[in-house]
Amino acid sequence: MAETLGKKKNYFILLFLAGGFIVYTVFLVVPILHAMFFSLFGGPGIIPKEFVGFKNYIQLFTTDIYSERFFNAFKNTVAFFLIVTFFQNVIGFFIAIMVTRKFSGNTFFRRISFLPTTLSVIVAGFLFTLILNPVWGIFDKFLEVVGLGFLVRPWLGTPSIALVVIAVVTSWQFLGTSIIFYTAGIDTINKEVLEAARIDGAGPLAEIRYIIFPSILPIVGIVTILIFIGDFTQFDIVYAMTSPYANPQYGTDLFGSLFYRAAFFPTGRGGWGMGMGATVATMIVLIVSIGVLILMMLFRMQSMGAKEEGNK
Amino acid sequence: MIKIKKGTTKTLLYVVLTIYALTIFYPIYLMITTSLKKNKEIFTSPYSLPQSFNLDNYVQLFKVSNYLTYFRNSILVTLTSLFIIVVLSSLISYVLAKYKFFGSRFLYFYFIAGLIVPIKLGTIGIIRIMISLKIFDTLAALIIVYAAMGIPFGVFVLTDFIRLIPEEFSNSARIDGCSEPKIFFKIILPLLRPALAAVVIINFIPIWNDFWFPLLLIRSDNARTIPIATALLFGQYETNFGLIFSVLAMASLPVIIFYLVLSRQFIKGLSAGALKG
Repeated sequence: MAETLGKKKNYFILLFLAGGFIVYTVFLVVPILHAMFFSLFGGPGIIPKEFVGFKNYIQLFTTDIYSERFFNAFKNTVAFFLIVTFFQNVIGFFIAIMVTRKFSGNTFFRRISFLPTTLSVIVAGFLFTLILNPVWGIFDKFLEVVGLGFLVRPWLGTPSIALVVIAVVTSWQFLGTSIIFYTAGIDTINKEVLEAARIDGAGPLAEIRYIIFPSILPIVGIVTILIFIGDFTQFDIVYAMTSPYANPQYGTDLFGSLFYRAAFFPTGRGGWGMGMGATVATMIVLIVSIGVLILMMLFRMQSMGAKEEGNK
Repeated sequence: MIKIKKGTTKTLLYVVLTIYALTIFYPIYLMITTSLKKNKEIFTSPYSLPQSFNLDNYVQLFKVSNYLTYFRNSILVTLTSLFIIVVLSSLISYVLAKYKFFGSRFLYFYFIAGLIVPIKLGTIGIIRIMISLKIFDTLAALIIVYAAMGIPFGVFVLTDFIRLIPEEFSNSARIDGCSEPKIFFKIILPLLRPALAAVVIINFIPIWNDFWFPLLLIRSDNARTIPIATALLFGQYETNFGLIFSVLAMASLPVIIFYLVLSRQFIKGLSAGALKG
Protein backbone atom coordinates (compact mmCIF):
# COMPACT_ATOMS: atom_id res chain seq x y z
CA MET A 1 0.00 0.00 0.00
CA ALA A 2 2.42 2.61 1.20
CA GLU A 3 4.70 4.10 -1.35
CA THR A 4 8.30 4.99 -0.86
CA LEU A 5 9.14 7.92 -2.96
CA GLY A 6 12.26 9.80 -3.75
CA LYS A 7 12.43 13.04 -1.82
CA LYS A 8 12.20 15.00 -5.03
CA LYS A 9 8.77 13.64 -5.76
CA ASN A 10 7.32 14.48 -2.36
CA TYR A 11 6.46 18.06 -3.16
CA PHE A 12 3.25 17.04 -4.91
CA ILE A 13 1.92 15.50 -1.67
CA LEU A 14 2.12 18.91 -0.05
CA LEU A 15 0.52 20.49 -3.06
CA PHE A 16 -2.38 18.01 -3.04
CA LEU A 17 -3.01 18.55 0.66
CA ALA A 18 -2.49 22.31 0.80
CA GLY A 19 -5.75 23.63 -0.68
CA GLY A 20 -8.10 21.48 1.37
CA PHE A 21 -6.02 21.87 4.49
CA ILE A 22 -6.11 25.65 4.31
CA VAL A 23 -9.84 25.92 3.54
CA TYR A 24 -10.80 23.40 6.22
CA THR A 25 -8.46 24.83 8.85
CA VAL A 26 -9.20 28.51 8.29
CA PHE A 27 -12.97 28.27 7.90
CA LEU A 28 -13.88 25.39 10.19
CA VAL A 29 -11.16 24.55 12.72
CA VAL A 30 -10.00 28.09 13.49
CA PRO A 31 -13.56 29.43 13.98
CA ILE A 32 -14.34 26.65 16.48
CA LEU A 33 -11.08 27.27 18.35
CA HIS A 34 -11.84 30.98 18.16
CA ALA A 35 -15.14 30.39 19.96
CA MET A 36 -13.33 28.51 22.73
CA PHE A 37 -10.69 31.24 23.07
CA PHE A 38 -13.20 34.07 22.78
CA SER A 39 -15.36 32.56 25.52
CA LEU A 40 -12.63 33.67 27.96
CA PHE A 41 -13.22 37.34 27.13
CA GLY A 42 -15.76 39.77 28.51
CA GLY A 43 -16.46 43.43 29.01
CA PRO A 44 -18.67 46.00 27.37
CA GLY A 45 -19.12 46.42 23.60
CA ILE A 46 -19.91 44.05 20.76
CA ILE A 47 -16.36 42.68 20.63
CA PRO A 48 -15.15 42.08 24.20
CA LYS A 49 -11.48 42.81 24.81
CA GLU A 50 -11.03 42.08 28.51
CA PHE A 51 -9.63 38.68 29.49
CA VAL A 52 -11.92 37.28 32.20
CA GLY A 53 -10.89 33.62 32.42
CA PHE A 54 -13.76 31.26 33.17
CA LYS A 55 -16.01 34.03 34.45
CA ASN A 56 -18.43 33.64 31.50
CA TYR A 57 -18.86 29.95 32.29
CA ILE A 58 -19.45 30.66 35.97
CA GLN A 59 -22.05 33.26 34.99
CA LEU A 60 -23.70 30.91 32.51
CA PHE A 61 -24.31 28.36 35.25
CA THR A 62 -24.95 30.56 38.27
CA THR A 63 -26.57 33.81 37.12
CA ASP A 64 -30.31 33.26 36.74
CA ILE A 65 -30.85 35.25 33.53
CA TYR A 66 -28.29 33.03 31.77
CA SER A 67 -28.67 29.68 33.49
CA GLU A 68 -32.46 29.72 33.23
CA ARG A 69 -32.28 30.13 29.44
CA PHE A 70 -29.43 27.68 29.06
CA PHE A 71 -31.01 24.84 31.02
CA ASN A 72 -34.39 25.51 29.44
CA ALA A 73 -32.82 25.20 25.98
CA PHE A 74 -30.94 22.08 27.08
CA LYS A 75 -34.12 20.44 28.33
CA ASN A 76 -36.04 21.36 25.17
CA THR A 77 -33.24 20.19 22.89
CA VAL A 78 -33.10 16.81 24.62
CA ALA A 79 -36.90 16.42 24.38
CA PHE A 80 -36.83 17.52 20.73
CA PHE A 81 -34.02 15.04 19.99
CA LEU A 82 -35.86 12.18 21.71
CA ILE A 83 -39.10 12.80 19.81
CA VAL A 84 -37.35 13.08 16.44
CA THR A 85 -35.20 10.02 17.15
CA PHE A 86 -38.26 8.01 18.10
CA PHE A 87 -40.20 8.92 14.94
CA GLN A 88 -37.30 8.62 12.56
CA ASN A 89 -36.00 5.35 13.94
CA VAL A 90 -39.21 3.50 14.77
CA ILE A 91 -41.45 4.63 11.90
CA GLY A 92 -38.45 4.78 9.57
CA PHE A 93 -37.55 1.21 10.43
CA PHE A 94 -41.04 -0.17 9.82
CA ILE A 95 -41.52 1.70 6.57
CA ALA A 96 -38.09 0.52 5.44
CA ILE A 97 -39.16 -3.07 6.13
CA MET A 98 -42.35 -2.51 4.15
CA VAL A 99 -40.68 -0.99 1.11
CA THR A 100 -38.08 -3.75 0.96
CA ARG A 101 -40.81 -6.41 0.54
CA LYS A 102 -41.46 -7.54 -2.99
CA PHE A 103 -44.52 -5.82 -4.44
CA SER A 104 -45.21 -3.62 -7.38
CA GLY A 105 -44.63 0.01 -6.48
CA ASN A 106 -42.03 -0.48 -3.75
CA THR A 107 -39.47 1.71 -5.54
CA PHE A 108 -42.13 4.41 -5.89
CA PHE A 109 -42.59 4.59 -2.12
CA ARG A 110 -38.85 4.56 -1.59
CA ARG A 111 -38.38 7.48 -3.91
CA ILE A 112 -41.13 9.69 -2.59
CA SER A 113 -40.09 9.14 1.02
CA PHE A 114 -37.10 11.36 0.41
CA LEU A 115 -39.14 14.16 -1.19
CA PRO A 116 -39.70 16.23 1.99
CA THR A 117 -35.98 16.10 2.78
CA THR A 118 -35.25 17.99 -0.44
CA LEU A 119 -37.27 20.96 0.83
CA SER A 120 -35.55 23.63 2.83
CA VAL A 121 -36.32 23.42 6.57
CA ILE A 122 -37.43 27.03 6.30
CA VAL A 123 -40.01 26.10 3.64
CA ALA A 124 -41.30 23.09 5.56
CA GLY A 125 -41.57 25.19 8.71
CA PHE A 126 -43.47 28.02 7.04
CA LEU A 127 -45.71 25.56 5.20
CA PHE A 128 -46.79 23.83 8.41
CA THR A 129 -47.16 27.16 10.18
CA LEU A 130 -49.73 28.05 7.52
CA ILE A 131 -51.41 24.65 7.68
CA LEU A 132 -51.74 24.97 11.47
CA ASN A 133 -52.70 28.65 11.27
CA PRO A 134 -56.00 29.07 13.17
CA VAL A 135 -57.23 31.85 10.85
CA TRP A 136 -56.93 29.76 7.73
CA GLY A 137 -57.72 26.72 9.83
CA ILE A 138 -57.11 24.06 7.25
CA PHE A 139 -55.80 21.48 9.74
CA ASP A 140 -58.39 22.33 12.40
CA LYS A 141 -61.20 21.99 9.87
CA PHE A 142 -59.80 18.65 8.79
CA LEU A 143 -59.88 17.45 12.40
CA GLU A 144 -63.50 18.58 12.74
CA VAL A 145 -64.48 16.77 9.55
CA VAL A 146 -63.02 13.47 10.71
CA GLY A 147 -64.69 13.89 14.10
CA LEU A 148 -61.60 14.85 16.08
CA GLY A 149 -62.69 18.45 16.55
CA PHE A 150 -62.13 18.22 20.30
CA LEU A 151 -58.39 18.05 19.61
CA VAL A 152 -58.27 21.52 18.08
CA ARG A 153 -56.02 23.86 20.06
CA PRO A 154 -53.52 26.65 19.51
CA TRP A 155 -50.87 24.33 18.09
CA LEU A 156 -48.03 26.81 18.26
CA GLY A 157 -49.41 28.76 21.22
CA THR A 158 -48.92 26.28 24.06
CA PRO A 159 -45.28 25.70 25.07
CA SER A 160 -45.26 21.92 25.46
CA ILE A 161 -47.46 21.31 22.41
CA ALA A 162 -45.47 23.69 20.22
CA LEU A 163 -42.26 21.80 20.98
CA VAL A 164 -43.88 18.52 19.97
CA VAL A 165 -45.28 20.15 16.81
CA ILE A 166 -41.89 21.42 15.63
CA ALA A 167 -40.37 18.00 16.43
CA VAL A 168 -43.06 16.24 14.41
CA VAL A 169 -42.56 18.58 11.44
CA THR A 170 -38.81 17.92 11.60
CA SER A 171 -39.45 14.18 11.69
CA TRP A 172 -41.84 14.49 8.75
CA GLN A 173 -39.12 16.19 6.82
CA PHE A 174 -36.24 13.85 7.59
CA LEU A 175 -38.02 10.50 7.87
CA GLY A 176 -36.93 9.85 4.27
CA THR A 177 -33.26 9.91 5.24
CA SER A 178 -33.66 7.11 7.75
CA ILE A 179 -35.88 5.13 5.35
CA ILE A 180 -33.24 5.35 2.60
CA PHE A 181 -30.47 4.45 5.06
CA TYR A 182 -32.36 1.47 6.45
CA THR A 183 -33.44 0.16 3.05
CA ALA A 184 -29.80 0.36 1.96
CA GLY A 185 -28.90 -1.79 4.98
CA ILE A 186 -31.74 -4.28 4.48
CA ASP A 187 -30.86 -4.64 0.79
CA THR A 188 -27.38 -5.84 1.69
CA ILE A 189 -28.67 -8.72 3.82
CA ASN A 190 -27.85 -11.97 2.15
CA LYS A 191 -31.01 -13.27 0.47
CA GLU A 192 -30.00 -16.86 1.20
CA VAL A 193 -29.96 -16.21 4.93
CA LEU A 194 -33.54 -14.91 4.78
CA GLU A 195 -34.54 -17.79 2.54
CA ALA A 196 -33.03 -20.33 4.95
CA ALA A 197 -34.78 -18.70 7.88
CA ARG A 198 -38.10 -18.90 6.08
CA ILE A 199 -37.58 -22.57 5.28
CA ASP A 200 -36.80 -23.14 8.96
CA GLY A 201 -40.23 -21.67 9.65
CA ALA A 202 -39.28 -18.21 10.87
CA GLY A 203 -42.26 -15.88 10.64
CA PRO A 204 -41.96 -12.23 9.59
CA LEU A 205 -41.63 -11.11 13.21
CA ALA A 206 -38.81 -13.55 13.96
CA GLU A 207 -37.18 -12.49 10.73
CA ILE A 208 -37.26 -8.85 11.77
CA ARG A 209 -36.12 -9.57 15.30
CA TYR A 210 -33.28 -12.02 14.60
CA ILE A 211 -32.03 -11.15 11.12
CA ILE A 212 -33.03 -7.68 9.94
CA PHE A 213 -32.71 -5.78 13.20
CA PRO A 214 -29.24 -7.01 14.24
CA SER A 215 -27.81 -6.48 10.78
CA ILE A 216 -28.94 -2.88 10.48
CA LEU A 217 -28.15 -1.91 14.05
CA PRO A 218 -24.94 -0.13 12.99
CA ILE A 219 -27.05 1.99 10.61
CA VAL A 220 -29.49 2.77 13.43
CA GLY A 221 -26.39 4.08 15.19
CA ILE A 222 -25.39 6.28 12.27
CA VAL A 223 -28.91 7.66 11.87
CA THR A 224 -29.16 8.42 15.59
CA ILE A 225 -25.78 10.17 15.63
CA LEU A 226 -26.72 12.24 12.56
CA ILE A 227 -30.01 13.24 14.20
CA PHE A 228 -28.13 14.08 17.40
CA ILE A 229 -25.65 16.40 15.68
CA GLY A 230 -28.40 18.00 13.59
CA ASP A 231 -30.85 18.52 16.45
CA PHE A 232 -28.36 19.93 18.92
CA THR A 233 -27.69 22.78 16.49
CA GLN A 234 -31.17 22.93 14.94
CA PHE A 235 -32.25 26.48 14.35
CA ASP A 236 -34.17 26.86 11.09
CA ILE A 237 -37.34 25.11 12.27
CA VAL A 238 -37.57 27.35 15.35
CA TYR A 239 -36.96 30.46 13.26
CA ALA A 240 -39.67 29.46 10.78
CA MET A 241 -42.35 28.18 13.15
CA THR A 242 -41.96 30.00 16.46
CA SER A 243 -39.56 32.91 15.67
CA PRO A 244 -35.98 33.38 16.98
CA TYR A 245 -37.59 34.13 20.35
CA ALA A 246 -38.80 30.53 20.46
CA ASN A 247 -42.39 31.38 21.35
CA PRO A 248 -44.38 30.80 23.42
CA GLN A 249 -42.41 31.70 26.53
CA TYR A 250 -39.20 30.10 25.21
CA GLY A 251 -41.11 26.82 25.11
CA THR A 252 -39.48 25.89 21.80
CA ASP A 253 -36.06 27.34 22.52
CA LEU A 254 -33.34 24.96 21.32
CA PHE A 255 -29.57 25.29 21.61
CA GLY A 256 -29.46 26.60 18.04
CA SER A 257 -31.88 29.46 18.65
CA LEU A 258 -30.37 30.28 22.04
CA PHE A 259 -26.90 30.54 20.50
CA TYR A 260 -28.29 32.72 17.68
CA ARG A 261 -29.91 35.22 20.07
CA ALA A 262 -27.08 35.18 22.61
CA ALA A 263 -24.33 35.80 20.07
CA PHE A 264 -25.97 37.96 17.41
CA PHE A 265 -28.82 39.92 18.97
CA PRO A 266 -28.21 43.31 20.57
CA THR A 267 -28.32 43.31 24.36
CA GLY A 268 -31.82 44.16 25.49
CA ARG A 269 -33.31 42.11 22.66
CA GLY A 270 -31.99 38.82 23.93
CA GLY A 271 -28.31 39.27 23.12
CA TRP A 272 -25.67 38.35 25.69
CA GLY A 273 -22.63 39.86 23.97
CA MET A 274 -20.26 37.92 21.78
CA GLY A 275 -18.12 36.62 24.65
CA MET A 276 -21.14 34.94 26.24
CA GLY A 277 -22.25 33.83 22.77
CA ALA A 278 -18.90 32.11 22.31
CA THR A 279 -19.33 30.53 25.76
CA VAL A 280 -22.68 29.07 24.72
CA ALA A 281 -21.13 27.83 21.44
CA THR A 282 -18.26 26.16 23.31
CA MET A 283 -20.67 24.44 25.68
CA ILE A 284 -22.67 23.10 22.73
CA VAL A 285 -19.48 21.90 21.00
CA LEU A 286 -18.54 20.03 24.19
CA ILE A 287 -22.00 18.54 24.66
CA VAL A 288 -22.19 17.43 21.02
CA SER A 289 -18.72 15.84 20.98
CA ILE A 290 -19.22 14.03 24.28
CA GLY A 291 -22.70 12.94 23.20
CA VAL A 292 -21.42 11.57 19.90
CA LEU A 293 -18.66 9.61 21.66
CA ILE A 294 -21.17 8.14 24.11
CA LEU A 295 -23.56 7.20 21.30
CA MET A 296 -20.73 5.63 19.32
CA MET A 297 -19.68 3.50 22.26
CA LEU A 298 -23.26 2.53 23.01
CA PHE A 299 -23.99 1.40 19.48
CA ARG A 300 -20.68 -0.41 19.15
CA MET A 301 -21.49 -2.39 22.30
CA GLN A 302 -25.05 -3.01 21.12
CA SER A 303 -23.90 -4.23 17.70
CA MET A 304 -21.39 -6.57 19.30
CA GLY A 305 -24.05 -7.86 21.65
CA ALA A 306 -26.44 -8.44 18.78
CA LYS A 307 -23.77 -10.29 16.83
CA GLU A 308 -23.00 -12.55 19.75
CA GLU A 309 -26.67 -13.28 20.20
CA GLY A 310 -26.89 -14.12 16.50
CA ASN A 311 -23.99 -16.55 16.84
CA LYS A 312 -25.62 -18.54 19.62
CA MET B 1 -55.71 -20.26 4.19
CA ILE B 2 -52.15 -19.04 3.70
CA LYS B 3 -53.09 -17.29 0.50
CA ILE B 4 -55.83 -15.25 2.16
CA LYS B 5 -53.42 -14.26 4.90
CA LYS B 6 -50.89 -13.17 2.31
CA GLY B 7 -53.54 -11.09 0.62
CA THR B 8 -54.47 -9.27 3.81
CA THR B 9 -50.85 -8.47 4.67
CA LYS B 10 -50.41 -7.02 1.22
CA THR B 11 -53.55 -4.91 1.55
CA LEU B 12 -52.38 -3.68 4.92
CA LEU B 13 -49.02 -2.85 3.38
CA TYR B 14 -50.64 -0.77 0.67
CA VAL B 15 -52.97 0.98 3.11
CA VAL B 16 -50.17 2.00 5.47
CA LEU B 17 -47.86 3.12 2.69
CA THR B 18 -50.63 5.04 0.94
CA ILE B 19 -51.40 6.93 4.13
CA TYR B 20 -47.71 7.66 4.48
CA ALA B 21 -47.55 8.86 0.86
CA LEU B 22 -50.53 11.15 1.50
CA THR B 23 -48.78 12.79 4.43
CA ILE B 24 -45.97 13.59 2.01
CA PHE B 25 -48.03 14.66 -0.98
CA TYR B 26 -50.83 16.55 0.67
CA PRO B 27 -48.78 19.42 2.16
CA ILE B 28 -46.88 19.77 -1.12
CA TYR B 29 -50.11 19.62 -3.12
CA LEU B 30 -51.62 22.23 -0.84
CA MET B 31 -48.64 24.50 -1.31
CA ILE B 32 -48.80 24.34 -5.09
CA THR B 33 -52.57 24.56 -5.52
CA THR B 34 -52.90 27.41 -3.04
CA SER B 35 -50.21 29.38 -4.83
CA LEU B 36 -52.38 29.19 -7.97
CA LYS B 37 -55.50 30.56 -6.29
CA LYS B 38 -56.83 34.06 -5.89
CA ASN B 39 -56.65 35.37 -2.33
CA LYS B 40 -60.42 35.15 -1.79
CA GLU B 41 -60.57 31.62 -3.10
CA ILE B 42 -57.84 30.55 -0.64
CA PHE B 43 -60.22 31.20 2.24
CA THR B 44 -63.54 30.25 0.66
CA SER B 45 -62.44 26.93 -0.83
CA PRO B 46 -59.12 25.94 0.68
CA TYR B 47 -59.30 22.24 -0.17
CA SER B 48 -60.44 22.33 -3.75
CA LEU B 49 -58.37 22.55 -6.88
CA PRO B 50 -57.89 26.11 -8.13
CA GLN B 51 -60.83 27.35 -10.22
CA SER B 52 -58.52 28.61 -12.89
CA PHE B 53 -54.83 28.33 -13.54
CA ASN B 54 -53.93 31.70 -12.12
CA LEU B 55 -50.30 32.84 -12.12
CA ASP B 56 -50.95 36.29 -10.61
CA ASN B 57 -49.13 35.42 -7.39
CA TYR B 58 -46.02 34.45 -9.28
CA VAL B 59 -46.16 37.57 -11.44
CA GLN B 60 -46.42 39.64 -8.28
CA LEU B 61 -43.55 37.74 -6.67
CA PHE B 62 -41.24 38.58 -9.55
CA LYS B 63 -42.41 42.17 -9.41
CA VAL B 64 -41.78 42.74 -5.69
CA SER B 65 -38.47 40.87 -5.51
CA ASN B 66 -35.32 40.14 -7.50
CA TYR B 67 -36.15 36.49 -7.59
CA LEU B 68 -34.01 35.73 -10.63
CA THR B 69 -31.00 37.13 -8.78
CA TYR B 70 -31.66 34.91 -5.75
CA PHE B 71 -32.04 31.92 -8.02
CA ARG B 72 -28.84 32.71 -9.87
CA ASN B 73 -27.00 33.22 -6.56
CA SER B 74 -28.21 29.89 -5.19
CA ILE B 75 -27.07 28.05 -8.32
CA LEU B 76 -23.72 29.82 -8.38
CA VAL B 77 -23.00 29.21 -4.70
CA THR B 78 -24.08 25.57 -4.78
CA LEU B 79 -22.24 24.59 -7.95
CA THR B 80 -19.02 26.39 -7.06
CA SER B 81 -18.84 25.03 -3.54
CA LEU B 82 -19.64 21.49 -4.70
CA PHE B 83 -16.88 21.79 -7.30
CA ILE B 84 -14.38 22.95 -4.68
CA ILE B 85 -15.42 20.15 -2.29
CA VAL B 86 -14.95 17.50 -4.96
CA VAL B 87 -11.56 18.80 -6.12
CA LEU B 88 -10.05 19.45 -2.69
CA SER B 89 -11.31 16.34 -0.97
CA SER B 90 -10.33 13.97 -3.78
CA LEU B 91 -6.80 15.40 -3.79
CA ILE B 92 -6.53 15.01 -0.01
CA SER B 93 -8.05 11.53 -0.06
CA TYR B 94 -5.70 10.31 -2.76
CA VAL B 95 -2.66 11.30 -0.73
CA LEU B 96 -4.07 9.95 2.54
CA ALA B 97 -5.16 6.64 0.98
CA LYS B 98 -2.08 5.84 -1.04
CA TYR B 99 0.91 7.30 0.77
CA LYS B 100 2.12 6.78 4.30
CA PHE B 101 4.18 9.54 5.80
CA PHE B 102 4.76 11.04 9.20
CA GLY B 103 1.41 12.32 10.48
CA SER B 104 -0.75 10.91 7.68
CA ARG B 105 -2.99 9.02 10.09
CA PHE B 106 -3.32 12.07 12.28
CA LEU B 107 -4.23 14.18 9.25
CA TYR B 108 -6.99 11.74 8.32
CA PHE B 109 -8.55 12.07 11.77
CA TYR B 110 -7.99 15.82 11.69
CA PHE B 111 -10.10 16.06 8.54
CA ILE B 112 -12.90 13.72 9.57
CA ALA B 113 -13.18 15.32 13.01
CA GLY B 114 -15.17 18.01 11.17
CA LEU B 115 -17.97 15.45 10.77
CA ILE B 116 -18.96 15.80 14.40
CA VAL B 117 -18.18 19.48 14.98
CA PRO B 118 -21.04 21.64 13.69
CA ILE B 119 -19.49 24.53 11.75
CA LYS B 120 -22.41 26.80 12.76
CA LEU B 121 -20.92 27.09 16.24
CA GLY B 122 -17.87 28.84 14.83
CA THR B 123 -19.93 31.57 13.21
CA ILE B 124 -18.61 34.41 15.39
CA GLY B 125 -15.09 33.63 14.19
CA ILE B 126 -16.26 33.10 10.61
CA ILE B 127 -17.85 36.56 10.53
CA ARG B 128 -14.64 38.15 11.78
CA ILE B 129 -12.52 36.24 9.26
CA MET B 130 -14.86 37.22 6.42
CA ILE B 131 -14.69 40.87 7.44
CA SER B 132 -10.90 40.87 7.58
CA LEU B 133 -10.71 39.12 4.20
CA LYS B 134 -13.16 41.75 2.87
CA ILE B 135 -15.57 39.11 1.59
CA PHE B 136 -18.30 39.58 4.22
CA ASP B 137 -21.65 40.07 2.47
CA THR B 138 -20.46 38.41 -0.76
CA LEU B 139 -21.24 35.07 -2.37
CA ALA B 140 -17.57 34.14 -1.95
CA ALA B 141 -18.09 34.02 1.82
CA LEU B 142 -20.88 31.46 1.44
CA ILE B 143 -18.94 29.41 -1.11
CA ILE B 144 -15.85 29.06 1.05
CA VAL B 145 -17.81 28.19 4.20
CA TYR B 146 -19.76 25.46 2.38
CA ALA B 147 -16.51 24.14 0.95
CA ALA B 148 -15.04 23.84 4.44
CA MET B 149 -18.28 22.23 5.64
CA GLY B 150 -18.23 19.57 2.89
CA ILE B 151 -14.56 18.53 3.05
CA PRO B 152 -14.81 16.19 6.09
CA PHE B 153 -17.50 14.03 4.51
CA GLY B 154 -15.69 14.11 1.16
CA VAL B 155 -12.44 12.90 2.71
CA PHE B 156 -14.29 10.28 4.74
CA VAL B 157 -15.99 8.70 1.72
CA LEU B 158 -13.26 9.14 -0.88
CA THR B 159 -10.33 7.88 1.23
CA ASP B 160 -12.11 4.56 1.78
CA PHE B 161 -13.04 4.35 -1.85
CA ILE B 162 -9.51 5.04 -3.13
CA ARG B 163 -8.08 2.44 -0.75
CA LEU B 164 -10.21 -0.17 -2.50
CA ILE B 165 -8.75 0.64 -5.92
CA PRO B 166 -6.19 -2.13 -6.65
CA GLU B 167 -2.55 -1.06 -6.72
CA GLU B 168 -2.04 -2.80 -10.07
CA PHE B 169 -3.72 0.07 -11.88
CA SER B 170 -1.26 2.65 -10.58
CA ASN B 171 1.73 0.32 -10.79
CA SER B 172 1.31 -0.44 -14.46
CA ALA B 173 0.99 3.29 -15.13
CA ARG B 174 4.15 3.84 -13.09
CA ILE B 175 6.03 1.32 -15.24
CA ASP B 176 4.86 3.24 -18.27
CA GLY B 177 6.57 6.27 -16.79
CA CYS B 178 3.55 8.16 -15.44
CA SER B 179 4.34 10.71 -12.73
CA GLU B 180 2.46 10.41 -9.42
CA PRO B 181 0.16 13.41 -10.00
CA LYS B 182 -0.55 12.14 -13.49
CA ILE B 183 -1.56 8.75 -12.07
CA PHE B 184 -4.13 10.55 -9.96
CA PHE B 185 -5.62 12.53 -12.83
CA LYS B 186 -5.47 9.81 -15.50
CA ILE B 187 -6.13 6.62 -13.54
CA ILE B 188 -7.72 7.33 -10.17
CA LEU B 189 -10.02 10.25 -10.89
CA PRO B 190 -12.04 8.50 -13.62
CA LEU B 191 -12.50 5.48 -11.33
CA LEU B 192 -13.75 7.74 -8.57
CA ARG B 193 -16.83 8.89 -10.45
CA PRO B 194 -19.48 6.94 -8.47
CA ALA B 195 -17.98 8.05 -5.14
CA LEU B 196 -17.79 11.66 -6.35
CA ALA B 197 -21.45 11.45 -7.31
CA ALA B 198 -22.26 10.34 -3.76
CA VAL B 199 -20.29 13.25 -2.31
CA VAL B 200 -22.04 15.75 -4.58
CA ILE B 201 -25.51 14.37 -3.88
CA ILE B 202 -25.10 14.24 -0.12
CA ASN B 203 -23.74 17.78 0.03
CA PHE B 204 -26.15 19.27 -2.49
CA ILE B 205 -29.25 19.49 -0.31
CA PRO B 206 -27.76 21.00 2.85
CA ILE B 207 -25.88 23.59 0.78
CA TRP B 208 -28.79 24.54 -1.48
CA ASN B 209 -31.14 24.81 1.48
CA ASP B 210 -28.80 26.42 4.00
CA PHE B 211 -30.41 29.32 5.80
CA TRP B 212 -28.01 29.97 8.67
CA PHE B 213 -25.02 31.37 6.79
CA PRO B 214 -26.87 33.72 4.41
CA LEU B 215 -28.76 34.96 7.48
CA LEU B 216 -25.51 35.91 9.20
CA LEU B 217 -23.05 36.57 6.38
CA ILE B 218 -25.23 38.34 3.82
CA ARG B 219 -26.70 41.83 4.14
CA SER B 220 -27.32 43.13 0.63
CA ASP B 221 -30.26 42.09 -1.47
CA ASN B 222 -28.22 41.19 -4.55
CA ALA B 223 -26.20 38.56 -2.64
CA ARG B 224 -29.21 36.74 -1.19
CA THR B 225 -29.85 33.08 -1.86
CA ILE B 226 -33.28 31.47 -2.09
CA PRO B 227 -33.69 30.33 1.56
CA ILE B 228 -32.94 33.74 3.07
CA ALA B 229 -35.05 35.49 0.43
CA THR B 230 -37.89 33.08 1.23
CA ALA B 231 -37.74 33.95 4.92
CA LEU B 232 -37.63 37.69 4.30
CA LEU B 233 -40.47 37.65 1.78
CA PHE B 234 -42.50 35.47 4.10
CA GLY B 235 -42.10 37.97 6.92
CA GLN B 236 -42.81 40.93 4.68
CA TYR B 237 -46.01 39.63 3.07
CA GLU B 238 -47.27 37.53 5.96
CA THR B 239 -50.92 38.36 5.38
CA ASN B 240 -50.90 37.94 1.61
CA PHE B 241 -51.50 34.18 1.56
CA GLY B 242 -51.45 33.80 -2.21
CA LEU B 243 -48.10 35.53 -2.48
CA ILE B 244 -46.40 33.67 0.36
CA PHE B 245 -47.56 30.32 -0.97
CA SER B 246 -46.01 31.20 -4.30
CA VAL B 247 -42.81 32.11 -2.42
CA LEU B 248 -42.75 28.66 -0.82
CA ALA B 249 -43.59 26.90 -4.07
CA MET B 250 -40.92 28.82 -5.98
CA ALA B 251 -38.34 27.85 -3.36
CA SER B 252 -39.23 24.15 -3.53
CA LEU B 253 -40.28 23.34 -7.09
CA PRO B 254 -36.81 23.49 -8.69
CA VAL B 255 -35.39 21.05 -6.11
CA ILE B 256 -38.47 18.80 -6.23
CA ILE B 257 -38.23 18.55 -10.02
CA PHE B 258 -34.47 18.08 -9.86
CA TYR B 259 -34.94 15.31 -7.32
CA LEU B 260 -37.71 13.55 -9.24
CA VAL B 261 -35.56 13.51 -12.38
CA LEU B 262 -32.48 12.22 -10.58
CA SER B 263 -34.08 10.25 -7.74
CA ARG B 264 -32.38 7.01 -8.76
CA GLN B 265 -28.93 8.63 -8.51
CA PHE B 266 -29.91 10.38 -5.29
CA ILE B 267 -30.92 7.14 -3.61
CA LYS B 268 -27.83 5.36 -4.88
CA GLY B 269 -25.60 8.13 -3.58
CA LEU B 270 -27.32 8.27 -0.20
CA SER B 271 -27.24 4.50 0.19
CA ALA B 272 -23.52 4.51 -0.57
CA GLY B 273 -23.11 7.14 2.12
CA ALA B 274 -25.15 5.10 4.60
CA LEU B 275 -23.12 1.96 4.14
CA LYS B 276 -19.81 3.81 4.43
CA GLY B 277 -20.42 4.66 8.06
